[in-house]
Amino acid sequence: MNDLYHSVPARRDPAPADTLAQTLGWFSIGLGLAEALMPGTLLRATGTKSSKSMIRAYGVREIANGIGILSAKDPTPWIWARVAGDALDITTMASRSGGAGAGVALAAVAGVTALDIICAQNLRTEQERPRQPMRDYSMRSGLPRPPEQMRGAALRGATLREPALVDATPALSAR
Amino acid sequence: MKALRWHGKKDIRCDYDVPDPIIEDARDAIIKVTSCAICGSDLHLYDGFMPGMKHGDIMGHEFMGEVVELGGDVRKLRVGERVVVPFTITCGECEQCRRGNFSVCERSNRNKNIADKVFGHTTAGLYGYTHLTGGYAGGQAEYVRVPYADSGPVQIPDGLSDEQVLFLGDIFPTGWQAAVQCDIEPTDTVAVWGAGPVGQFTMRSALLLGAKQVIAIDRVPERLDMAQAGGAIPINFEEESVLESLAELTGGKGPEKCIDAVGMEAHVTRSIDSIYDRAKQAVMLESDRPHVLREMMYVCRPAGTLSIPGVYGGLVDKIPFGALMNKGLTVRTGQTHVNRWTGELLNLIQDGQIDPSFVITHEVGLDDGPDMYQTFRDKDDGCVKVVLKP
Repeated sequence: MNDLYHSVPARRDPAPADTLAQTLGWFSIGLGLAEALMPGTLLRATGTKSSKSMIRAYGVREIANGIGILSAKDPTPWIWARVAGDALDITTMASRSGGAGAGVALAAVAGVTALDIICAQNLRTEQERPRQPMRDYSMRSGLPRPPEQMRGAALRGATLREPALVDATPALSAR
Repeated sequence: MKALRWHGKKDIRCDYDVPDPIIEDARDAIIKVTSCAICGSDLHLYDGFMPGMKHGDIMGHEFMGEVVELGGDVRKLRVGERVVVPFTITCGECEQCRRGNFSVCERSNRNKNIADKVFGHTTAGLYGYTHLTGGYAGGQAEYVRVPYADSGPVQIPDGLSDEQVLFLGDIFPTGWQAAVQCDIEPTDTVAVWGAGPVGQFTMRSALLLGAKQVIAIDRVPERLDMAQAGGAIPINFEEESVLESLAELTGGKGPEKCIDAVGMEAHVTRSIDSIYDRAKQAVMLESDRPHVLREMMYVCRPAGTLSIPGVYGGLVDKIPFGALMNKGLTVRTGQTHVNRWTGELLNLIQDGQIDPSFVITHEVGLDDGPDMYQTFRDKDDGCVKVVLKP
C-alpha cells in the first residue's frame, strides 16, 4: 500500500441515535397521517373522547415534526419537540379517556415518550464526542505546476473541443 | 473467487464463494482485476435509490487489470496486457458507437426491452449496475468478464501505475466531458457543484481547458481544500450563501458555465426546496433530489450552459423551466462516452500534465470494501476516493 493513502478507518458504531431519530421521524409521519385521515378510528381505538378536528390538528403537528426530524442536519430540537407533543397527547388522553383501550394507549404513548427522551439524550452524547482531525489535502493538486500556470495547458498544441465523429459519415450515408 | 456483492439497501458484502466468470461469447475477455474503485454512483445502489438491483449482483464499474483469457474473435488484446475497462459497455459497431456516442450503444444492454420502456430508448450496458443497464457483473471482484472486449478496453503502456490510469475508465473522462460540453472560453467562470471525485476532475479539466475562474461548491472542508489545491475558489454552502458568493465572484452576472457533479442525492440543506425534495422522495412521489439543477438554472448567466455529469435516475419536480427557457440556457448531459476521451486523456497523463492519483485518499483490500462504502457515503475520515486491491 502506498503511504499516501489511508487504510480502512477503525470500524465505527452505526450511530444508533441517528438511526433511532430517523425511525421516530417516520413514525411521526405515519402516526400523523393516521390522525389526519382517520381520527374517528383512532379516537375509538384509544378510548378518548375528543373532537375529530383536534385529532386532525395533532396529526398535522406530527407530520410537521416528522419532516423536521428527517430534514434537519441536527434532529435534536425536533426530537425534543416530539417529547413536548407526547406530553400534550398524554394530557389529552388522561383527561378525556373513557373507553376501552385507554390504558393500553396511554402506556404505548408513555413508551414512545421514553424512546424520544433516550434518543434526544443519545444525540447530544454523540455530538459531544471528539471529532476526527481533518485530513490535509491542500497539496493534492494533481498538477505538475501551480494551477495558474496550468490554465489552458490542454489546449496548447492540441484540439480538444468536441471530438470528431468516429466514422459517422459512412454510417449515415449508407442509410 | 472473492467479490463485493449487493444484498440489499446498505448491505454490500465481500463474498468468497462467487463463481469465476467464463468466456460466454467469442468477443469476451476475462480480466484479472488489479485495482478497482468505489464510485459515487455506486452509492445510489448502496442507498437503494436505483431500481432494478438483484440480490447477489456483483458491484463495481471502475476497474482495471490484466487480460487472462480471450474469446476467439478478440484480435485487439493479448493475454497478459494491462487494460482499463470503461464503465460503459460498447459494441463499437452500432450507429451510436460509430458516432462516438458510446454511452448510448444500441446493442450492449441485454435488458434493452426494460430500458426502452423506462427511458424511451435503451442506453448502453454498464458493469455492476442496475438490471436496467444489463445487469452485468461488476469489477469489484478478483475476475470479471468483459463483453465486446475488442471495443472498450484501453491498453495501458508500461511505466504507468494503476493509480495513475485507473480513473480513465470513468471519473476522469466524466469530469473532462462535463467541462468539454461547456465549450469553455478564456473569459468564462465555471461553477462546479460537488467537490467529490467527479467534481475534482471536472474542476481540473475546466482549468486545463482554459477557464478564467473555476469555483467549487461543497460543504466538506477536505474536499474544498483539494479543490482549492487544483485552482478552484471554494464556496462552503453551509457557511456562506451560494447565490451571494457567485454574484460577488462574477460581478453580479453569474457564472457562464454551471456543472452539476452532484446528481440525484443532493445533500438536504435547510432550503425550502431541499426539504420539499426530501419529503417527496420519502413518500416516493419523486425519485431524485434536484436542488442543484434548480440552483444552477437560477444563478447561471443568461445564454450560459448547464452541464450535468451527475447521475439522475427518474423523476424530478418543481424545475424552474421558465428560467431555463427565458434565459436561453443550454443543457448538456449524459453518461460519459468514455472511449471518446481516453486517447487524449492518456496522453495528458503520459505527458505529465495531470496525475489522477491525487484524488485517492483510501486504498484497501477487497475485504474492507463493505466498510469503505459506508465511510465513502458518510464522507468520513476525509474520504474522497477509495481504491480497492483484490
